[in-house]
Amino acid sequence: MTVLGSICLWLAFLLGVWGALAGIVGGLSGRSDLARSGRHAVFAMCGALLVAVFALEWALFHHDFNVEYVAAYTSRNLPIFYTWSALYAGQKGSLLFWATVLSVFGSLAMALTPRHNRPLLPYVAGVVSAVAAFFISVMLFAWLVPPHTSANPFDRLPYTPLDGGGLNPQLQNPGMVFHPPMLYLGYISITIPFAFAIAALLSKRLDSDWLVAIRKWTLLSWLFLSIGICLGMWWAYVELGWGGYWAWDPVENASLLPWLTMTAFLHSVMIQEKRGMLKKWNLGLIIGSWLLSIFGTFLTRSGVISSVHSFTQSSVGYFFLAFLVVAGVASYTLYAKRLPLLEAETRLESMISREASFLFNNLLLVGIAFAVLWGTLFPILSEWIVGVKITWGPPTFYFVNIPLGLALLALTGIGPLIAWRRASVPNLKRQFAVPVTVGVFAALIVLVAGMREFYATVAIGLGAFVLGTVTQEFDRGARARHRQYGEVYVLALGRLLARNRRRYGGYIVHTGIVILFVAFAGMAFKTETEATLRPGESVSLRSPYGYTYTFTSLGLSQYDALNRQVTAAAVEVRRDGKTIGLLNPEKRQHVDGLGRPTFQPSTEPSIMSLLREDLYVVLGGVVNGTEQAVFRFTINPLVWWVWYGGLIVALGGLIVMWPGGGSPAVKRSQAGYAVRLVGEK
Amino acid sequence: MRAARRHGGTAVGSRREFLASVVVGLVTVLPPYRPAAQDSLPGAGPSGRLWDPDRAGRPLPPVTAADNDAALQAIEKQIHCTCGCNLDVYTCRTTDFTCAVSPAMHARVVALAREGKTGQQILDQFVRENGVAILMAPPKHGFNLAGYFVPSLVIVVAGAILTLVLRRWARAVPAPVAPRPSAVAASPEELERLRRELDRLSV
Repeated sequence: MTVLGSICLWLAFLLGVWGALAGIVGGLSGRSDLARSGRHAVFAMCGALLVAVFALEWALFHHDFNVEYVAAYTSRNLPIFYTWSALYAGQKGSLLFWATVLSVFGSLAMALTPRHNRPLLPYVAGVVSAVAAFFISVMLFAWLVPPHTSANPFDRLPYTPLDGGGLNPQLQNPGMVFHPPMLYLGYISITIPFAFAIAALLSKRLDSDWLVAIRKWTLLSWLFLSIGICLGMWWAYVELGWGGYWAWDPVENASLLPWLTMTAFLHSVMIQEKRGMLKKWNLGLIIGSWLLSIFGTFLTRSGVISSVHSFTQSSVGYFFLAFLVVAGVASYTLYAKRLPLLEAETRLESMISREASFLFNNLLLVGIAFAVLWGTLFPILSEWIVGVKITWGPPTFYFVNIPLGLALLALTGIGPLIAWRRASVPNLKRQFAVPVTVGVFAALIVLVAGMREFYATVAIGLGAFVLGTVTQEFDRGARARHRQYGEVYVLALGRLLARNRRRYGGYIVHTGIVILFVAFAGMAFKTETEATLRPGESVSLRSPYGYTYTFTSLGLSQYDALNRQVTAAAVEVRRDGKTIGLLNPEKRQHVDGLGRPTFQPSTEPSIMSLLREDLYVVLGGVVNGTEQAVFRFTINPLVWWVWYGGLIVALGGLIVMWPGGGSPAVKRSQAGYAVRLVGEK
Repeated sequence: MRAARRHGGTAVGSRREFLASVVVGLVTVLPPYRPAAQDSLPGAGPSGRLWDPDRAGRPLPPVTAADNDAALQAIEKQIHCTCGCNLDVYTCRTTDFTCAVSPAMHARVVALAREGKTGQQILDQFVRENGVAILMAPPKHGFNLAGYFVPSLVIVVAGAILTLVLRRWARAVPAPVAPRPSAVAASPEELERLRRELDRLSV
């Protein structure tokens, strides 16, 4: 099967090169046969890559340890769930996964794009094929570049080990099965809007059609990225054992960058659709988002910056850097050439308008992306420019980004309250009165309750302001329907949401963002202690809400599980003297099928998630081989709300994306408002 | 028969010797007796020994008061662990407890504190020994100022430019033409109401 896989890889590469050439040349020259061939090449490449994935999964499931990748990432006793996920656990497999998913997305774009956008498809096929061919070329040719390490997942070993090394214990977590694919789907699907943007630039069809064609794709990428980032936070929290969910690691930051610019695009594209403005900006954002997704891949795979997420250092970093530079220069050169065709149709009428507030929202989103990128790269800049190695850790990111994040939260509430085109003073008073009152009232309540953390208080006040805005919008809309159609309030709310999914789904996303911000603020009140406990001994910890939690060790037990030897502690938890549950933190020694230890013993925290706070217990180890154990106990306020906020963001995104809400013709005509080429009649 | 009995007696003697030797042999061959390990019950005295302590990872010393000292923790949260984890010393040493570097750095912090050094002096000592990269956040001077303030500065400058450009755009838009007298005149209240309704309906 691996021979078949290798053949398919080569076939896919050749098809990718052909698809890129045929698609773009066919589109530019108007030769329909070439254009059609380019489109078909995407389907053929997709088929070849799917067969290659099947071949690798076959080797993984059949424990073909002669295949180097299989021996490196699986073992005979690895659960099936994780054997599947080994496909993208390593550098080589993830490259194959990336190329395959891109070809699947490309095929879907070819198949699902409406007829009136067909003229763009040869170019889209060309761009998708070129990007996929690049990823395949990394697998096939990485060994040519120093340090001459291969990136081909089908490489064979000169011998066959009895068993494989197994999967890293930290990757043996359900979050890890879903988190990387979601992030990859987010990163990869950005290529489709990028391909349409390049297609529009190449074909000079810079009307509203390309914008309509990419809206769903952009939302899909944003949704995948959002879910992927939240799942990554969840995985870090439940698996890594440090009691947090975001460490400002370069690879984490790399996933945030395209998310921020895509969020900016999803806002600014509304201005283009409604007012025919910001065409240049929107195209620039799409190209930038895609380049940032490639930049994230470069960071993960190059080893240029120290990160806990990085793959082993290899030559693929050079490939990605070269690709990034070439693609960036080519894209922005083309963009610069087409700038005269991207003049705005209308001008801003007033500084006090929703358009202006969206522009400032874009400025902040892109500014935060810049701040994150700047912080991520600053250690390199410092070393290059002044020759001093520095560490740019979480405190520095908090220093820079918390004020910016709070300003963004404020704009999340301000934007929807300002009318399009021009807002009058009476209108502003009427719109702002309730939300501002709610925000100030919430801040006063927490101040009176004794909260003295400045940023947390501001976050709660602004969060209440945004929730006030959202509630007011829903309330007014539902009341209007009630007056107009006589619908009962609940029905009116439901129909309001169903009839204008984009607007009200967006408000649900805003609600999720508020919940996330308030939950992040909760971490300012984290409480923790270390303790050594014999069976029967206890330690107490006071939560920020005034409860006293008592943790009593009931002893340790040891047992064997499928691919690990477990040492588990039983810890009884009491709140103000009343038993509320049992926690079982573990130390795990993973072993291969022959019982040989594969990795260092790892910790498995045990978490009791309550509405107000999480109780998080880590078993550090034991003293002198006895049941006297070292624990770390942490109380993390509001963590549950991080996952809840993430769910609401995803739900809001799904509502915005959900099909319906008007015919394509209506949407096109809406999008086409004032969006015509300069000089076009 | 007697001989046989005697032989048998000899045989009996040999059997005793044989049994004794078997017992001695078993005693020497078999591992020494250990009382069956039982899980300790809460409050039942000294803790039992684990069946296989190696499975629980590196043996750890008991937690001391210094480990939970908030002032020392605050210092350790400013020091970068050099094991490659990208975490601070406190977080690293309390995360999976496998790192051998962060406990050593923690011991150094405790030792310096016992010498009577203040938090800042301890940090300075670490910088002298390891370079400025040992700090989780570099000091706010020199080139580092660029790291701290360039993003905010860029946003403020861009915001100012954006404001100027938007103002110019807004001024460039021709002033609204005076409304022609219409057959149905609207009062200012009605016009404001109309504007409100249009605002509400706007997406």
